[in-house]
Amino acid sequence: MDLLLLLVQGLNGLQLGIMLFLMAAGLTLVFGIMNVVNLAHGSLYMVGAYLAAAFQEWTGSFVLAVLLALPVTALVGVLVELVAIRALYPRDHLDQVLATFGLILFFNELVRIVWGKASRFMALPAGLAGHVQLVPGVRYPAYRLVIVAVGLLVAASLYVLITRTRVGMLIRAGASNRTMVSALGVNVRLLFTLVFGLGAALAGLAGLMAGPIVSIESGMGEPVLILTFVVIVIGGIGSIRGAFVAAVLVGFVDTIGRAFLPPLLGAILSPQTANQAGPALASVLIYVLMAGVLAFRPEGLFPARTG
Amino acid sequence: MRRIGGLVLCALVLAAWPAAAADRVKVGFIATFSGPIGLLGQHMHDGFLLGIEHSGGKLGGLATEVAKEDDQLKPDVGLQVARKLLEKDRVDIVVGTIFSNVMMAIYKPVVDSKTFLISPNAGPSPIAGAQCSPWFFSASWQNDGAHEAMGKHVQDKGLRRVYLIAPNYQAGKDALAGFKRYYKGEILGEVYTAINQPDYSAELTQLRAAKPDALYVFQPGGMGVNFVKQYAQAGLMQEIPLFSAFTVEETTLKGIGDAAVGAYGTAFWTPDLDNPVSKRFVADFEKKYGYTPSLYAAQAYDTALLIDSGIKAVNGRLDDKEGLRAAFRKADFKSVRGPFRYNTNHFPIENFYVYQVVKDASGKLKLENRGVVLTNHSDVYAKDCPMKW
Repeated sequence: MDLLLLLVQGLNGLQLGIMLFLMAAGLTLVFGIMNVVNLAHGSLYMVGAYLAAAFQEWTGSFVLAVLLALPVTALVGVLVELVAIRALYPRDHLDQVLATFGLILFFNELVRIVWGKASRFMALPAGLAGHVQLVPGVRYPAYRLVIVAVGLLVAASLYVLITRTRVGMLIRAGASNRTMVSALGVNVRLLFTLVFGLGAALAGLAGLMAGPIVSIESGMGEPVLILTFVVIVIGGIGSIRGAFVAAVLVGFVDTIGRAFLPPLLGAILSPQTANQAGPALASVLIYVLMAGVLAFRPEGLFPARTG
Repeated sequence: MRRIGGLVLCALVLAAWPAAAADRVKVGFIATFSGPIGLLGQHMHDGFLLGIEHSGGKLGGLATEVAKEDDQLKPDVGLQVARKLLEKDRVDIVVGTIFSNVMMAIYKPVVDSKTFLISPNAGPSPIAGAQCSPWFFSASWQNDGAHEAMGKHVQDKGLRRVYLIAPNYQAGKDALAGFKRYYKGEILGEVYTAINQPDYSAELTQLRAAKPDALYVFQPGGMGVNFVKQYAQAGLMQEIPLFSAFTVEETTLKGIGDAAVGAYGTAFWTPDLDNPVSKRFVADFEKKYGYTPSLYAAQAYDTALLIDSGIKAVNGRLDDKEGLRAAFRKADFKSVRGPFRYNTNHFPIENFYVYQVVKDASGKLKLENRGVVLTNHSDVYAKDCPMKW
């Protein structure tokens, strides 16, 4: 197997993993601290992408679009928390699933009403549209490297926030034992709104970074949401570290699987069978991984919950 | 005495009833109007309504009522709305659907009810072959057509080493099968991706490593926008020419942006096709709706013209089913694609063109017709259809 090819695919896997981490971090916090299953997380990703595209069209600048879309998406998240999610804290998970599923339908229709049915377009900034020579003979899109860099920066910032600040301490405590935190006199309501806003901002960041490279359309959040749930289940609910490890793992497994499994099967089985089995197996590989992890560690790789 | 007279009068009226022309025609229009594919439904509905307008605001001289129904791209919902149109709304003609999976769900119930079913898009192989029906007519094409055309084009261009990518569902598999029917060179890879897959970097890296002469890709709707954007960003558009069908066309061009420039596609019609009907269609469409019609809109427009020609031929007598069928078979109307005639399986025998995406002087992206690839093309399934006429 070509080593250079493996290197590039590895980089692809890392990049997918970083994008998944941005989504998973927000979702695992909401699930871990507030114990709310938030299916509308994918919708916040979509809203981030749409807002960035709209701001870019309005201002003509990619940087301005990013700087504007991020806080606006966080604001949308806070609004959603105040209006819808707050009522769901005492309810059981099924009610939360139903309610947030309704939010998905709402947002999907909203973007269609505001921006129409056609896919929106977002241009890559001119400076990032080119390629970088990593190693002689290997060209990698510059923008994807930027995604990896931004993702790692956010991961590092989140680490500092969670482990070194007071707010981070409260978040960790809330993920570990919510009742105790509330009993100790912390304004849990404010904490929850903050966490949800942070999650929304992260999802929006993932969305606006994905904007130039994917189709910005109604319903774009759902495929990503499914992957995100797989990541947080593997990583452990409520754990940022778990989300990071699991996201990168899922990114790698999915990418390497899609790239090398079908040709591998083609070498063993007949081409006809390989063509049928290969893509099918590659697409379920991450679910097989999830099942495997759950079989050995049902709480996920780095569980945060103790109470 | 008066009672018998009354009964005789009733009998005479009832006897005369079948010969009277209807005063209106009700058309059930089943398409996808929600979700990402909703854009195609909108194009088709707009095209269909323009076709009615160009036919004098009526179909065959009859006041027309169009009952619009959304199949939500789900076969069970499609079946539900089809039944509603047939049983509750009692439509005279059903027009539908976009996707072949919904078509396969509604096909048998509609044709079994002896109601005409005209497809403005979906043309899956079973209904072109053994399951063909005298009640079904296609106003578009058989699904394999555009792919066969691209297969021939790539073969004629002398490109000997090709890589194939399509989504992993029936239409994706049919697309590559159709391509391979006419392309006889070497196939370096045949890759099936997941539906609505957001990221193609793994597949694109493998593609680049294989170093083919050309790529043939079928990724409809949003998947096409994703794929072509990422393809161009990976710098592949300059390295490996991209040949496609239903991937780069008017519904996806805006979402892809400049990344689409240079890509090739095949279709039965392009917006710049040089015939008076097509030119009028495109001009009036752009004036009325403010956007360039896609091939989907053109197909729906032709559907309206076909229905109009049929009803006109039977002078509005909608219950003269045999007459309507004969009139549809004749297809005596001027289509946007030029000459139009039917094969024995009620699928059109038509040309397929290859086009390239270019940027015109004003910076707008458009599809430029590069010539005909398949002339008067019939699908391979017609021989399995038992209908003879």
